[in-house]
Amino acid sequence: MNAIDVHGLVKRFGDKTVVDHVTMTVAEGEIVGFLGPNGSGKTTTIRIMCGLLTPDEGEGTVLGFDIRTDSLSIKREVGYMTQKFSFYEDLTIGENLEFVARLYRLKPVEDHVARTLEELGLTTRRNQLAGTLSGGWKQRLALAACIMHKPKLLLLDEPTAGVDPKARREFWDEIHRLASGGLTVLVSTHYMDEAERCHRISYISYGKMLATGTVDEVVKNAGLTTFVLQGPRLDQVAEALQGRPGVDQVAPFGATLHVVGSDRKALEKALSDIEKKHKGVTVAPGETSLEDVFIQFMSGSKDNMA
Amino acid sequence: MNSLFSFARLGALLIKEFIQMRRDRITFAMMLGVPLMQLVLFGYAINNDPKSLPAALVATSSDPYTRAMVSALQTTGYYRFDHVARSAEEAEFLMSRGDVAFVVTIPADFARRVERGDSPQILIEADATDPAVASGAISTLGTVANQALLRARGMQEAAAESAKGQLEVVVHRRYNPEGISQYNIVPGLLGVILQMTMVMMTSIALTRETERGTMENLLAMPSSPLEIMMGKVLPYLVVGAVQVVVVLAAAKLLFAIPFTGSMSLLLTAVLIFVLALVLLGYTISTIARTQMQALQLTFFFFLPSIMLSGFMFPYRGMPNWAQLFGEILPLTHFLRIIRAVMLKGAELPAVATEIGWLVVFVALFAGVALVRFRRTLD
Repeated sequence: MNAIDVHGLVKRFGDKTVVDHVTMTVAEGEIVGFLGPNGSGKTTTIRIMCGLLTPDEGEGTVLGFDIRTDSLSIKREVGYMTQKFSFYEDLTIGENLEFVARLYRLKPVEDHVARTLEELGLTTRRNQLAGTLSGGWKQRLALAACIMHKPKLLLLDEPTAGVDPKARREFWDEIHRLASGGLTVLVSTHYMDEAERCHRISYISYGKMLATGTVDEVVKNAGLTTFVLQGPRLDQVAEALQGRPGVDQVAPFGATLHVVGSDRKALEKALSDIEKKHKGVTVAPGETSLEDVFIQFMSGSKDNMA
Repeated sequence: MNSLFSFARLGALLIKEFIQMRRDRITFAMMLGVPLMQLVLFGYAINNDPKSLPAALVATSSDPYTRAMVSALQTTGYYRFDHVARSAEEAEFLMSRGDVAFVVTIPADFARRVERGDSPQILIEADATDPAVASGAISTLGTVANQALLRARGMQEAAAESAKGQLEVVVHRRYNPEGISQYNIVPGLLGVILQMTMVMMTSIALTRETERGTMENLLAMPSSPLEIMMGKVLPYLVVGAVQVVVVLAAAKLLFAIPFTGSMSLLLTAVLIFVLALVLLGYTISTIARTQMQALQLTFFFFLPSIMLSGFMFPYRGMPNWAQLFGEILPLTHFLRIIRAVMLKGAELPAVATEIGWLVVFVALFAGVALVRFRRTLD
């Protein structure tokens, strides 16, 4: 059985279709990255999955429960971490966890709270007001609270936004540790390095699912060709290449220039005179990165929130 | 177990709410301090029956009857004879300047008429620009004047007959013969203060969660609408109970309001009233999208409650449509109950209908709130 199995989800707000026939399956124990630009419908899709929104069309099951009729059962088995910190800032860490433990009727409350605090290394901060925590600690608290009732599925909505790299690394180590214990995770993110830590990724834009698969599959299926240019005065080269037919993206990467296009022949033609015109510049085929693919996706679709 | 209601989950919500209440010191202080402040302020300041009003006496004779009359008027507490006018013109001038609120004229033949058994007359002119000012003073006049006359003559029966007709200002001020307006105002204040704090506090209950972003989380966890409603409403019921004790104690200690009726009946009625109020506030919070909207809605409701419930103006003095409107306000029914029980010593049968109305409000508000509650973020 798939942890998530939804078909043709549609959600409209007014005349805006925020989620447009999204189909998604996530197998048990999988970590799936949910990617897409701001306003692409990631949060809405996740909210539909945990019963916070009713879809206008489409159906499906989460953990075997119907998303339309059995949202209460879903709520009991799913841990949902909201994009914005949504625990009580005027309660201490301990009090927040006690609140959650009681709501899920975990008994005895104190044991569950103590264990959770211990596991996440928050024991010493137990009596600190949640509102006074830094972004990284708030995120740890939120994660602690949503895994305390041992959910079978974690839905994380941009959990690492505004968190420093070290805390992010630790967060992902934790996610992998939980997944190895059988937990299924759907996590939305903007970060490429995080996408690469997922078993599979799904890319959504303008409410539509554009690509899904492993990172390699997504990159391969995108059908992009990338050339890496090296040499002096690459800024002039970049300027010369902008707008040439076949050239979709020109982006400096450190001391090199990545030139990306979806039509290999047109791109080769556009680059054919570069080595002659710009002395010392070399053109070599390169690896297309996930970021190149996403930027290609993004420029191909309009921002939904505009 | 039951997915719609669990005591454990309700407990979680209650504990959370009490902790938040404790942390929000200013609000908490307001909930207990403001009622007391308002009670003292309004209780002492609002007086529909002002006393010791400046008066001028126009008396040409100083016979015992006239003196008896003057001292009798003075002991009512309404008249303060700080001007003695020698002529009607002088008195007229004093009144037009606003120096006096009353001019009492006792004619020169007053004593002779009393002795003869003729109809004695005294003239009271009142500055009626503020009708409320004069009404009390005038209404006590008849009784007082008659009694003074009787005493002065010592011929009670004959005088009673002879004095009838002239000084007959029949006023029936039952339950509050002295016309102390605090007896009327302070019990009413309990209702008004409760309404103000209870509705306002609960009206932001849900919108605050929404605005702080905690609503999304609360909805994502297994808590039912009934639990959320009770979790929000019950803590404020406790606060309301504390307020009631504070206000009733102050009513007794500061204003010496009589408690004629049954305390348990009164407290039961107050409890139902507070429950109706917190549910009303909660209903507002299911409708309002922001805390600001919630407060506006609260005031929307608050003003007619003050004006049309019989708190500020006599209910029976309002036109029919306004009386009908007053009937749909919980405060109207509560005021009737508390005044009846506290001042008139009414028993349950006398106030059963009004209590029934409050129960209807409780059921109505709870029903609307549960229907209106958005289980999803749609």
